[in-house]
Amino acid sequence: MRTSTGARVGQYAALLAYLVFLAFPFLWLVSTAFKPPRELGSLHPTWIPEDPTLDNFRQAFDEQPLLHAALNSLLAALGAAVLAVLIATPTAYVMARHRGRFAKAATGWVVVSQAFPFVLLIIPLFLVLKNLRLINSVPGLVMVYVVWSLPFALWMLAGYVRAVPAELEEAAAVDGAGRLRILVSVTAPLLAPGIVATALFAFITAWNEFFFALVLLKSPEKQTLPVILTHFIGAEGVADLGPLAAAAFLATLPSLLVFALIQRRITGGMLAGAVKS
Amino acid sequence: MTSVTESRRPAVRASGTGRPGRGPDHGAWFLVLPALIPILVLSVGPLLYGILLAFTDAQSGRTEPTRWIGTLNFQDLLHDTLFWDSFRIGLVWAIGVTVPQFLLALGLALLLNQNLRLRWLARALAIVPWAMPEVVVGIMWRLVYNADAGILNETLRDLGLGNGHDWLSGLATALPAVIVVGVWAGMPQTTVALLAGLQNTPRELHEAAAVDGAGAWRRFRTVTWPALRPVALAITALNLIWNFNSFALVYVLTSGGPGGRTRLPMLFAYEEAFRYGQFGYAAAMGCVMVALVSVLLAVFLAGRLKGGDEA
Repeated sequence: MRTSTGARVGQYAALLAYLVFLAFPFLWLVSTAFKPPRELGSLHPTWIPEDPTLDNFRQAFDEQPLLHAALNSLLAALGAAVLAVLIATPTAYVMARHRGRFAKAATGWVVVSQAFPFVLLIIPLFLVLKNLRLINSVPGLVMVYVVWSLPFALWMLAGYVRAVPAELEEAAAVDGAGRLRILVSVTAPLLAPGIVATALFAFITAWNEFFFALVLLKSPEKQTLPVILTHFIGAEGVADLGPLAAAAFLATLPSLLVFALIQRRITGGMLAGAVKS
Repeated sequence: MTSVTESRRPAVRASGTGRPGRGPDHGAWFLVLPALIPILVLSVGPLLYGILLAFTDAQSGRTEPTRWIGTLNFQDLLHDTLFWDSFRIGLVWAIGVTVPQFLLALGLALLLNQNLRLRWLARALAIVPWAMPEVVVGIMWRLVYNADAGILNETLRDLGLGNGHDWLSGLATALPAVIVVGVWAGMPQTTVALLAGLQNTPRELHEAAAVDGAGAWRRFRTVTWPALRPVALAITALNLIWNFNSFALVYVLTSGGPGGRTRLPMLFAYEEAFRYGQFGYAAAMGCVMVALVSVLLAVFLAGRLKGGDEA
């Protein structure tokens, strides 16, 4: 199919407009993070800092317990990712290999849970976790994150399971291997890349999450990065722009890096999950 | 897949349940249990508990026992103009974000489906907002909208378009300003979904239509759109729900201000529950929000689906 030159030019112009719209807020964040206070107060801000500095980063670490918050975030995200995958893999396997009432119910739950009303969930969760003395604790938050990331994990993993040829499992069954044995030593190794991608996705989701962390973590030494970031914004909405931008920039790097790693698999996984269900 | 059922038969017989193909056997239950328990304890249970709470006078930090008060919360809610204002803002926000989000994402997906140079860069950039913490997205756009040091006002001044605004604290500009951020933040998921849908459209059909002399618009209407429709419908419905339930973005951008102009229902319920401690009342709000959104969604889907019955 040929496209006329005029149409091509139009397409590139549109693509450029999209690129600018998508990229400029992030570039502005980076630019702000490296500006000294004098330039931040200037009425004519520039794209490129005239006098780039790292002071904002130093100040950000002085003002808020960023390292500690990053550690909390890391624990919550790692815990959520590992547990979610451990729990979801066997179920996703059943969803993919069994056709029947259960697979339908599970798929239905995955879809419905996307529409989950957080408002209705958070108040009882808060009360339940309070009774279990798991409020204001990272393990309590991990439990919530695991359940919260399960639907997508199930969806992705079920797609990856379908991609593993059933004949291999049949061969193992003929050789007399039990179901668990088949799952552990035949299917799991082939699923490994998909499992890693799903775990990393659960990691990002938990690392970025804000609402549950805001409600469930009260003391600053327990709070995760997104919650600590909001502390840079004062009560009247006045913020020290430099340190705020610096801290926000740092908090984003891990998710961006992880996302870059699994980008293709995520889009592929969404597709695979959608193909047959 | 009969072959799979065949291969399972030894295991099925060993565990004692008969008739293959009749739902999961014991082995399957054993595999499902680790996921089932947390789901029941931490999401189905709390959901039911939340619905029950809506009929009580539960409050935080109270010593008296919580009592059943029937539908009193709902009656109060009916006359709570602040809540209905908030609900209306929530609808304006959800639709105001979802519609442009869909149109922009569709445009981008169509472009990314073309064989253009720099496509890899656009693809990578298109999903960056997805990877960012919502809080950071909010902070970023606060910097963009900043009245003095923000790039938006500076650009407007450079172009000679006035002295700029205090976008996020202006009564008239706050809601449109946060809607733009909502569109930006939600574009990636929509674009990826639509792109996946586009890649499933039959290319031969496209080429045949082109040979027959159909213009770009006609080809889109008659070939692309019919193939894309199920995906478009699903992602739009999901976006509506996601956007209606959105919290972090607006919490960081305006905290619901100025004067409640951007107080989405989620923010309202959050404040009611965790600032004022009215658990029962906030739970009732949650129930009303879910019920009304489900009805609206059902109407939307019924209007659009016409015949198709995929989940």
